[in-house]
Amino acid sequence: MADTANAGQGADGETRRDFLYLATGAMGLVGAASVAWPLIDALNPSADVLALATTEVDVSQLQEGQAITVTWRGKPVFIRHRTSAEIEEAEAVPLSDLIDPEPDEERVIKPEYLVMVGICTHLGCVPLGQRASDPKGEFGGWFCPCHGSHYDTSGRIRRGPAPRNLDVPEYEFRDDATIVIG
Amino acid sequence: MKKLAIIAAAAAFLGLAQAPVVQAAEEVEIPSHDWSFSGMFGTFDRAKQQRGLQVYREVCAACHGLRLVAFRNLADLGYNEDEIRSLAADYQVEDGPDENGDMFMRDGVASDRFPAPFPNENAARMANNGALPPDLSLITKARQQGPDYLYHLLLGYQDPPAGVEMMDGMYYNAYFPGHQIAMAPPLMEGAISYADGTPATTQQMAEDVTYFLTWAAEPNLEARKQMGMKVILFLLIFTGLLYAVKRKVWADLH
Amino acid sequence: MSGFKTNNRTIKWLDSRLPVFSTMNHHLIDYPAPRNLNYLWNFGSLAGIVLVVMIITGILLAMQYTPHVDMAFDSVERIMRDVNYGWLIRYMHMNGASFFFIVVYAHMLRGLYYGSYKAPREVLWGLGVIILLLMMATAFMGYVLPWGQMSFWGATVITNLFSAIPWGIGDALVTWLWGGFSVDNPTLNRFFALHYLLPFIIVAVVFLHLWALHAFGSNNPLGIDAKGPQDKIPFHPYYTVKDLLGLGVFLIIFAGFIFYAPNYMGHPDNYIEANPLVTPAHIVPEWYFLPFYAMLRAITFDIGIPFTGITLIDAKLGGVLVMFGSIIILFFLPWLDTSPVRSSRFRPLYKLFFWVLVVALLVLGYVGAMPPEQPWVTIGQIATAYYFAHFLIVMPLLGKLERPKPLPASIADPVLKPGPATNQ
Repeated sequence: MADTANAGQGADGETRRDFLYLATGAMGLVGAASVAWPLIDALNPSADVLALATTEVDVSQLQEGQAITVTWRGKPVFIRHRTSAEIEEAEAVPLSDLIDPEPDEERVIKPEYLVMVGICTHLGCVPLGQRASDPKGEFGGWFCPCHGSHYDTSGRIRRGPAPRNLDVPEYEFRDDATIVIG
Repeated sequence: MKKLAIIAAAAAFLGLAQAPVVQAAEEVEIPSHDWSFSGMFGTFDRAKQQRGLQVYREVCAACHGLRLVAFRNLADLGYNEDEIRSLAADYQVEDGPDENGDMFMRDGVASDRFPAPFPNENAARMANNGALPPDLSLITKARQQGPDYLYHLLLGYQDPPAGVEMMDGMYYNAYFPGHQIAMAPPLMEGAISYADGTPATTQQMAEDVTYFLTWAAEPNLEARKQMGMKVILFLLIFTGLLYAVKRKVWADLH
Repeated sequence: MSGFKTNNRTIKWLDSRLPVFSTMNHHLIDYPAPRNLNYLWNFGSLAGIVLVVMIITGILLAMQYTPHVDMAFDSVERIMRDVNYGWLIRYMHMNGASFFFIVVYAHMLRGLYYGSYKAPREVLWGLGVIILLLMMATAFMGYVLPWGQMSFWGATVITNLFSAIPWGIGDALVTWLWGGFSVDNPTLNRFFALHYLLPFIIVAVVFLHLWALHAFGSNNPLGIDAKGPQDKIPFHPYYTVKDLLGLGVFLIIFAGFIFYAPNYMGHPDNYIEANPLVTPAHIVPEWYFLPFYAMLRAITFDIGIPFTGITLIDAKLGGVLVMFGSIIILFFLPWLDTSPVRSSRFRPLYKLFFWVLVVALLVLGYVGAMPPEQPWVTIGQIATAYYFAHFLIVMPLLGKLERPKPLPASIADPVLKPGPATNQ
């Protein structure tokens, strides 16, 4: 029916119609995509979650040799006030001994304070070593009980299945004793 | 014709269904005020909102909470990060427990919400002659004709008409349902001195605080109306195209 | 109607094992539809689309919502304030409920006007009434979730309806519904679970509804059966594009409410957190329940044996029976209507009564929103009486008494050369 009805108009009518269909279809696609975005974005972190994306820690009370665990973005962050012996030990390790070579000074802002995300880079367990009574592994740092990864006093992986050193989050010192993580 | 009649009937039904709800709440007629945020292109007024925040903090906050609003939200009113940080630090917020297991007070930070003026409902009633000052976070959405109601309520204190017996500790208000309100007239001429030097008349304060609280109740109002413009414009063009397509497709048939 | 054809070997392979493509082709592309359907036939597909919108927005809201009496209200406000586009999704869902009912009521009135419930489409109609009941249950429970004052008191009042059942069953049933001694956390939790579940049951019944529809095909404004292929056209492209156009118009109105009057159909009291100690001055259900609410309140008198003082049904139970009866009666519509003619176009008297019914429903809606005082009580009683009389008296009698106008010979007949009898 369509062909006979449009026979007189020829190709011109066809093109105009095709253009109309294309334009409508394209607009429909654009519309569908614009509706999809808010629905997808709704699953991204919300404003109240983002507002808690930074954590402030007062380390003035933290004695040498002590460590604290704080929560940052729902994850444990280890802050250790290292003794000079620990710092020396960390700095003295030759890079060739390391699984994931990284010098100690690249992992700290002030050598006394080591700040790391306390999640084993193997499969996400929380390593032991924060409390005085905890096993600290063979390198005096941290020990992951799940699969036996040993970390040194700079939080670098020395033995075990973990592929990387413990991650260092972005942080800064607002003043001498206040660390802002994130 | 019949289609129109049905559409009209449906529309009338919606209209009818709404109308009595308005009347039923209270018989008081609330005059409408001219707000910059009403209408399709409505936007807030930053200066008025900032003054309104000052009215809230210096007058309302003594009794009324604003628990759903966080200090970080004040960025919407045009405050920068430092201003928000120092404003938040004016407030003491309970945190804890610390390592001894005790709760402690600390300065507020941007992610905190406005602290409540009373620890709980009973304390609030105790301090207010048995009345509970409502939280103001949603007040303009929780009342019929919210912004108009709030504005006129704040200015609606009068001497009771002859023959009206006032209960103890109550004030006569022309716009409050039942006319007997436990809240003393909150706004006094010149009670606060605005940071921007605007004379603090009662009308000015009532209007400013309504701007602020309307934002507090519906912080996405501007974004909503702006997005609405785009969406409806898009849909009008798209539906126009669909109409043309429908005519073309059906042309075969007639 | 040509069958499904393709040259794509993968599609052929799959289709011979699981005929999804030929089934979709059969029901959505080649499906033969009467050529004279008007725009009132858009509401069916529109209802399906709104259902999908409600399910998608609902799932996203459920991911952010906390069904606990201490946190529900604040979690909804968190969606409104902090979640990206949360306000948009929630306003879509909130207004979507109202628009779902608008679309479904229009769909039902169309069926009523054109006699779409008559043989052989009785099961199709009955499934539709089941969908309506499920929608009402879903909407009612969904309204409780924000845990505002109207949520709480609406839930209290409606669940208390069941206490009207005598012999002690009612009270036990209400306690069972609540999972406690008042509407509280267990109630909120189960309502959330059911509010999430029921829409998927609605989807299942919608499929049955479509199955029943496609068994005989759509009714049409003339109400006569198709006589041959000249009376039908393929669903695609004719009705796909017509449905899309209707969708476009619908979306403009829907967007108007979402962006410019999002709380128009809500109640301000629901922005006050639920307080079991303070009842709002005036409890009203959502607008789409108002006609039924009015019927509930119309029964203000006990029904008993005259002169004996024996009460058979007290006012409370009577109201509940009338309210539920008003929907149950719809199941019997195909048999209450005795006229062999479907469409009102050929039934001048029935057409008149149809509009009286519409007016009665509008009046009931208005009365439902008013306080239970005179004159509203009497007006509500009259309208309720008419509602039942319409189905129980008018419809059976009219079929016998009315002389319908002559029916056209075929659908194509009046469409192609309009005759005087049908061109109105």
